[in-house]
Amino acid sequence: MSADFLYGIEVVLNGLMAGVLYALVALGFVLIFKASGIFNFAQGVMALFAALTLVGIMEGQVPFAHLINAVFGTNIHHFGWQVPAILAIFLTVLVMIAFAWAVQHFVFRHLVGQEPIILFMATIGLAYFLEGVGDLMWGSSIRTLALGLPQGGSLWVEEMTNGLGGDDFYGFFIDKLDMVATLVALVLVAGLVAFAQYTKQGRAMRAVADDHQAALSVGISLSYIWVLVWSLAGIVALVAGVMWGAKSGVQFSLSLIALKALPVLMLGGFTSIPGAIVGGMIIGVGEKLFEYTIGAPYLGGATENWFAYMLALVFLVFRPQGLFGERIIERV
Amino acid sequence: MDGVAPYVTADGRQIGGVLMDMRGITLRFGGVEAIKNISFDIREGEIRAIIGPNGAGKSSMLNVISGFYHPQDGEVWFRGEKRKPMKPYQVARLGIARTFQNIALFEGMSVLDNIMTGRLTHMKTGLLAQAIWKGRAEAEEVANREIVEKVIDFLEIQAIRKTPVGRLPYGLKKRVELARALAAEPKLLLLDEPMAGMNVEEKEDMSRFILDVNDEFGTTIALIEHDMGVVMDLSDRVVVMDYGRKIGDGTPDEVRNNQEVIDAYLGVAHE
Ligand SMILES: Nc1ncnc2c1ncn2[C@@H]1O[C@H](COP(=O)(O)OP(=O)(O)OP(=O)(O)O)[C@@H](O)[C@H]1O
Ligand SMILES: [Mg+2]
Repeated sequence: MSADFLYGIEVVLNGLMAGVLYALVALGFVLIFKASGIFNFAQGVMALFAALTLVGIMEGQVPFAHLINAVFGTNIHHFGWQVPAILAIFLTVLVMIAFAWAVQHFVFRHLVGQEPIILFMATIGLAYFLEGVGDLMWGSSIRTLALGLPQGGSLWVEEMTNGLGGDDFYGFFIDKLDMVATLVALVLVAGLVAFAQYTKQGRAMRAVADDHQAALSVGISLSYIWVLVWSLAGIVALVAGVMWGAKSGVQFSLSLIALKALPVLMLGGFTSIPGAIVGGMIIGVGEKLFEYTIGAPYLGGATENWFAYMLALVFLVFRPQGLFGERIIERV
Repeated sequence: MDGVAPYVTADGRQIGGVLMDMRGITLRFGGVEAIKNISFDIREGEIRAIIGPNGAGKSSMLNVISGFYHPQDGEVWFRGEKRKPMKPYQVARLGIARTFQNIALFEGMSVLDNIMTGRLTHMKTGLLAQAIWKGRAEAEEVANREIVEKVIDFLEIQAIRKTPVGRLPYGLKKRVELARALAAEPKLLLLDEPMAGMNVEEKEDMSRFILDVNDEFGTTIALIEHDMGVVMDLSDRVVVMDYGRKIGDGTPDEVRNNQEVIDAYLGVAHE
């Protein structure tokens, strides 16, 4: 096998792993959209907020320290303890559940039956509000996430594969963090699928996603299910935020990964969980491969910034409902 | 109207006291008065029909009972207690199940899954408990599956258990919707035109199922139906509505001979 071809494969592998993160963010969107028809613009900010909260809790930071100090004239910033990662993750999940409850109770409960565009606007408001709250709670400096996840190229993979392509090929370079992210994402998706298929809440969730009226008639409380899906989306956001944050620090730009999820959703369809996953992979692989084969050699590089959107646009023209989305047929 | 003393019907079914009592219900949509000060009751064990021309307010009445609509005026009494305004899911948890005129099923889910959702009100194990005591959740699931299988056998839909509901023909969808309602083991079953759009054979099947449900499980049934023959055959008592008013209430024979009812059906002009 030629070295060029093998490096091509490496690009694909790395693309797949980048795709996992896109897929995770897209998954958060799909969960909420399916159950409530709300396109949640705040999904990216939720990832940022979750990651900030996790770091803050782990480092024993006092939430709202600035506010507290300003009001009471104190000067506290840290509790002076470190919280173990497992406990911090658990606490962060609780925070995300509380957030989900608050969103339903204070915002969407009052917007039942409104036009989708109004609900969408509400999530834009929510995004900026949450960004502000995150800032106020944990400050705005760039944070490093010290979860102790392995990082850097995997020597093991490199050694295992360097015999494949003769003297010019030194084995596949695969980031360990990406491997961990992929593994975690797989476990998360498997867990979500099992939850939806085998628990009573999962069945109720699928019912609500399918037909609100019918769901009500069998005794399902819609607001309960909406709190549930927002909680799940919060947990998915936490995982995405952690993975992304471990890679490039927990900072504001994290909330922008939501924008990368958009082309994924156009590709995969807004209502399909497999669509979000496959769509994420296609975008991840597509943009890396395009950069490797065409972008870098002929277009001066940096095509990853726009390739996903262009691919989605082309796709949109030919298959507007996405890969797995339900076909929209207007009955007259 | 009959007294409230329990009695036994000619075909040997036990009719008990008042289960559901609608008192002075008025429902408006903007300027339209869909229900005008209507009172009627449903007694335990009976099959109660609601009939009337199109737009009479029959479905609206069912929606009031099941909590989808909230009347501006009037009281709803259930099992001797005045009901506070309730959401549909709360009504369902009281043991009132229903089907819809336009079928509301979970189209993307299998027949079995659809019917299983009917058991949700009976599943008590909470989210955390399910994670911690996997065995308990499984035992509950198995018990519920048994009841669902019984319903499936009862309505003779074994052959389509795994079929996604979206692929079923209309008549079978109606039957699956009934199955989902039955799976809840309701005290009161509300059926909005269960036979609409069916052919003669399907109607006969459905009539038989409704009678059997009432007979075998003692389920109280309120149903809306346009087919007069069916109504006369099935029901113990009939409420007749026209333009939101109640114009008749009694046994099929009484209603059939009521002049106002005859006029409404023959389209005599309203003064
Ligand atoms: N959600 C609603 N909003 C506004 N008007 C409504 C609504 N539901 C019913 N109505 C009106 O209330 C009146 C009674 O409607 P309803 O559906 O109860 O009649 P129905 O007796 O069930 O008729 P059909 O036999 O055609 O099903 C109609 O004038 C209808 O337009
Ligand atoms: Mg109707």
